[in-house]
Amino acid sequence: MQAKGKIIWISGPAVKADGMSSAQMYETVEVGKDKIVGEIIRLTGDTAFIQVYESTSGLTPGEPVVGTGTPLSVTLGPGMMGTIYDGLQRPLDKIAAKAGSFITRGIHVAPIPKKKWNFIPEVKVGDTVHAGSILGTVKETDLIDHKVLAPPTAPSGKITEVVKEGSYDKDHIIAIAEGKGNKSEFTMHHDWPVRQARPFTKRYDPELPLVTGQRVLDTFFPITKGGTGAIPGGFGTGKTVTLHQVASWSDASVVFHIGCGERGNEMTEVLIKFPELKDPRTGKSLMERTVLVANTSNMPVAAREASIYTGITMAEYYRDMGYDTVLVADSTSRWAEALRELSGRLEEMPAEEGYPSYLASRLAEFYERAGRVKCLGSPDRDGSVTVIGAVSPPGGDFTEPVSTHTMRCIKTFWALDTKLAYSRHYPSINWMTSYSGYSESIDKWWVDNVDADRPKLRLETYTILQREDVLKEIVRLLGPEALPDEEKLILDVARMIKEGFLQQMAFDKVDRYCSPEKQVKMMKLYTDFYKESQKALKNGAQLETIRALPVVSSIIRSKYEIPDDDLGKMDELSKSMYSSFKELANKEVTAVVDTK
Amino acid sequence: MSTQNRSSGLEYTNISEIRGPLLVIDGVTNSAFDELVEITTPAGSKRLGRVLEIGGGTAVVQVFEGTTGLSVSETKTRFLGKTMEIPVSDQLLGRVFDGLGRPIDGLPDPVGEKFLDINGESINPERRDFPEDFIQTGVSSIDGLNTLVRGQKLPIFSGAGLPHNLLAAQIARQATVPGKGEEFAVVFAALGVQNSEAAFFRKSLEESGALKRSILYINLADDPAIERIITPRVALTAAEYLAFEKNTHVLVIISDMTNYAEALREISAAREEVPGRKGYPGYLYTDLATIYERAGKIKGSNGSLTQIPILSMPSDDITHPIPDLTGYITEGQIVLGRDLHRKEIYPPVSILSCLSRLMKEGVGEGKTRNDHQNVSSQLYSAYSRALELRALAEIVGKAGLAPNDIKYLEFGDLFESRFLKQGFDENRTLEDTLGIAWDLFSTLPVDELTKVKQDEIDSYLKVK
Repeated sequence: MQAKGKIIWISGPAVKADGMSSAQMYETVEVGKDKIVGEIIRLTGDTAFIQVYESTSGLTPGEPVVGTGTPLSVTLGPGMMGTIYDGLQRPLDKIAAKAGSFITRGIHVAPIPKKKWNFIPEVKVGDTVHAGSILGTVKETDLIDHKVLAPPTAPSGKITEVVKEGSYDKDHIIAIAEGKGNKSEFTMHHDWPVRQARPFTKRYDPELPLVTGQRVLDTFFPITKGGTGAIPGGFGTGKTVTLHQVASWSDASVVFHIGCGERGNEMTEVLIKFPELKDPRTGKSLMERTVLVANTSNMPVAAREASIYTGITMAEYYRDMGYDTVLVADSTSRWAEALRELSGRLEEMPAEEGYPSYLASRLAEFYERAGRVKCLGSPDRDGSVTVIGAVSPPGGDFTEPVSTHTMRCIKTFWALDTKLAYSRHYPSINWMTSYSGYSESIDKWWVDNVDADRPKLRLETYTILQREDVLKEIVRLLGPEALPDEEKLILDVARMIKEGFLQQMAFDKVDRYCSPEKQVKMMKLYTDFYKESQKALKNGAQLETIRALPVVSSIIRSKYEIPDDDLGKMDELSKSMYSSFKELANKEVTAVVDTK
Repeated sequence: MSTQNRSSGLEYTNISEIRGPLLVIDGVTNSAFDELVEITTPAGSKRLGRVLEIGGGTAVVQVFEGTTGLSVSETKTRFLGKTMEIPVSDQLLGRVFDGLGRPIDGLPDPVGEKFLDINGESINPERRDFPEDFIQTGVSSIDGLNTLVRGQKLPIFSGAGLPHNLLAAQIARQATVPGKGEEFAVVFAALGVQNSEAAFFRKSLEESGALKRSILYINLADDPAIERIITPRVALTAAEYLAFEKNTHVLVIISDMTNYAEALREISAAREEVPGRKGYPGYLYTDLATIYERAGKIKGSNGSLTQIPILSMPSDDITHPIPDLTGYITEGQIVLGRDLHRKEIYPPVSILSCLSRLMKEGVGEGKTRNDHQNVSSQLYSAYSRALELRALAEIVGKAGLAPNDIKYLEFGDLFESRFLKQGFDENRTLEDTLGIAWDLFSTLPVDELTKVKQDEIDSYLKVK
C-alpha cells in the first residue's frame, strides 16, 4: 500500500513525516509539493525519518509525503555512455536544458534517452534464457557494444518470441520467454536498486593486472582487474590528477568517474578533456567509454551519499555484459562526511570524530562490490569492476577514521606524500609507505606477456630505492661527503630513478602513458647503469666523471624523448650507455699509462 | 536589505527560549525551513534572522545581529514568507554596505533590477566553462609559479601579522588579463576584520581609482558575529549577478574566512550538534563549499567570478580544519610564510606549499609563453633542493657540501631576494618574471636544468 503522510519537522537535509506506517525502510518517497526525492532511513511508529536529495529551503510542515513503493533504483539500458549524471542518475545536460545554468529543485528527467537503437538479437525462438543472459546487442558508442541483458531477477524460460534486427526504443518489447508457470517480457532496460549488489556466478582470484601506463603504479604498486585500491592524500598532493590518469589510460573497457563532493571545475575538466583525449588502444575518444556521476561539494549532501551506489550499480551492469570496468570514487571522505552529517541529524550516538559507528561496515560493503567474476546467464563471459577510492584525510593524517577503515578494505594503497608534492615530484606516491597485495599474483602475467626478467628487475630497482632511504638518514646527520663513493653512487642512481622513472608528467604527450614494455626496458636501463657504474668505480673511475657522463641526462630524458612506438631507441640508448662506460675505462687506462 | 515593502507575513510572540544566537519560538504553525524572520526588539528596533529548524510547532531561528537585548516576553517576530533576498543592479558598484547588505555610505537603498536569493543555486557542472584565461597579477610568485586564471578560487593562507591584506590589495589593483584590456570589478567582503584593515582596503581601492567599479560589504570585528554567516553570501550574490548576467569579470576578495567558520561553530554549539574536528560542525566542508563553489565561468556568459578568500591559519597550522577543508575545495592555495616575512621579503609567499591547480590550463604557447610551465617546474625543483641543502648546511656546514650543492644554496638566496621579493607597488609583467627566472638559472650548471627542454634552454638561457 502506498504510504501517504505529512511533513512534521525539517532541519537541513533531514525531514520527519508522520502517517507513514505502511512505508518501508529505504523506500523512496516524494516530499512536498515539488515532489523532491527522499529516502526513508528510519521508521519509528508511524513517523518516518527521510533524507532528502535536494534543498529543503522553503519546505513547510504539513506538506505531503508520498511513498513510491520502490527502493532507490537506477535505470540500466543503452544511452548511458558519455553521459554526466547527478547522484540520482539524472542527466545534467537534461537538467540544464530544463532549468538553465543553475540546478533548481524538483526537476524530473529520464535517466536514459527514449531514442531508437538498432537492436541485433542474439537469441532465437526455442533458446533457453536465464537470469542475466544476453538477449541481443545495441551499438551504444563506437567503443561499446551494449549487451541487452535479461534482468538478474528473471526466471529461466524458453524464448517464444523475439523481434528481428531493427530499430526499437528502450520500451519496446524485444523478446518474450515462457518458463514453468511464468512469462517474461523483456525490454532493453531494467531497474535495479542501488544499495543491492548485482549477482554473479562466481568470483575469480585477482591475477590480471589493470595496466594504467603509470610507471610507479604498474611496476611497484599494481592493482588488478577487479581489485580494490585507495589513494589517500592531503590537498594538493595530486590525487585528482593521478585518478584522471588512471581513468584515461588504464586498459579497462568502461570507466565510471564519480565526483563525490568534489570541485565543479574538475568535472568540467573531465567533460571538456575526455572527448578530446584518444584511447591509446583504439584511437577513439575516451568519452565513448566513460560515464560521469557528479555530485559536487555544493550540491545536496544526501545525494552525495547515494552517488557512489548509483555509480557502482551502473559499473556492475557493464561488468555483467562482460566488460572490464573501473570505478573511480573521488572522494570517499566526502561520502563519509555526508554519512556523518545525516547521522548527526538523526541524533545517533557518534563513534570516532563524529562519524557513525557503521562507517566501517558501509565502506567494507562498498569495496566488496569490486571483483572479477563469471557473469550470470549465457553465453559464458567474464567481467570485472575495479574500485579505486580517493581518501581526503584531514591534515593529511592517515590515522583518521576514514583512512584507517579504508585500509582494512582494500589491497592496493597509493599513499600520496605532501613533501613529494611540494617538491613537484608527481605522481607524489610515496614508494616506501605505499603497498600492493597483488604484486606476486600478477607476476605470471608480466612474465608471460612482457618480459621474463621483470620480477628480478623490479626487485633490483626497488632495492636501490630502499637503500637510498636508509642512506638518506645518514646524510641528514653527517652530510653526503661522509659517505664512501659506492654509497654516493646509490644516492645518485636513486635520484635518477626518482626523476626519470618514478616521476611521470601527466601533461606531456609522450610521458603521460608508458607501456609495460617500455617500463621494463627503462628499469633495465637504470639497473644496468648502476651495475656498470659500480664496475667502473671498482676499476678506479671517479664518481665525478660518472656523474658527468652525458648519457646520464639522456637516460633521465628517455621517459619523454622516446615514444612507445619507437622502443628500438631504448636499445640504442642502452648501447650508447655501455659504450660510454667502455670509453671511460679506456680513458682511465690511458691516464694510468700516462702517469707512468 | 530591503524588506520594508514586503512586511506581510505571520507574527508570533511566543518565545520559549533564547540561547546564544538562537531564538526558540513556540506555536508556529505555518513557517518554512530557511524562511526569513524579522524580529522586533523590546526597544522597538528591527533585526533579521532565519529558520534553522521547524517542526512540532517549534521554530529555531538564528538571529543575525545577535540576541543581546531580546527578551522572552516582549520580543515580536514576523515570518516573512520568503528566504533572504537582496536587490541587485549595476548601481551596486561604487557602494559600501554592511554585512547584511544595508548601505552604510550615507546614500539611499539601491534600486534593484530584481531580487535574488542570497543562498544562490549550484552551478550545473555540465554548464560550467573551464577556466583558462591567464590573469596577470604583476606578482612574480603568483604569475610565474602559481598562476591565477579567470573563474578560479585561489585562497591566501596567512597567519596573524602577515601582510595578506597588502597582497590582496595589490592583486585587486593590478589584476588584468593582458592584451584584453578588460578591468575587473572588485567585490570585497570583510568578515570580522579590524576597522583599520577595512579602511586600508577601501583607501587602496580609492587611490587606484578602482572604487567606482567595486562593491564593499563590511562586517567589522565589533559587528555581530552571526552576521558573518550572511555577508559572503550577500557579496557572492551581487558578484554572480554582475558576472553571469552582466558579463563582467568579477574578483571577489573575502577576508577573513576563519571568522566565518568561528561564527558557524558558535551556532552549531548553540544547537548542541555533534561536533566534528576541533568543535567545528561536521558539515563545515559542505558549508564552505556553498561559498567557494560559487566561483567559476558559465557557458554562454562572457563574465567570470574569481575568488580570493583570505584566511588566517590559527597558530600557522595548515592542518587546522579551516585551511584544511578550504584547501580541499579551492583550486590551490597561496601560503604566506613567517620565515620569509622575518627576512623582510614581501610578498612572503612560501612557494613550496603553494599550488594553483588551474595553472596548466592558463599557461603555455598562445596563452603566456611556451616555457612557462617548465620554468615553473624547474624553479620549484631547484628551490626545493636549495632548501633541503640549506637545512643540511646548518648541520654539517658548507664544507660538507659538494661544489654543485653550494651553487644550489646560492640559487636559493637569489631566488628569494630577486624573484620572490618585490615592491608593494611593483607591477611586473610576465616577461619580467620569466626573465628573472632565466637569469637565476644561469647560475646553475646547464646539466642540472632537467625540467626545461633543450630548445627552451637554447632560446632563453643567457650563459655567463
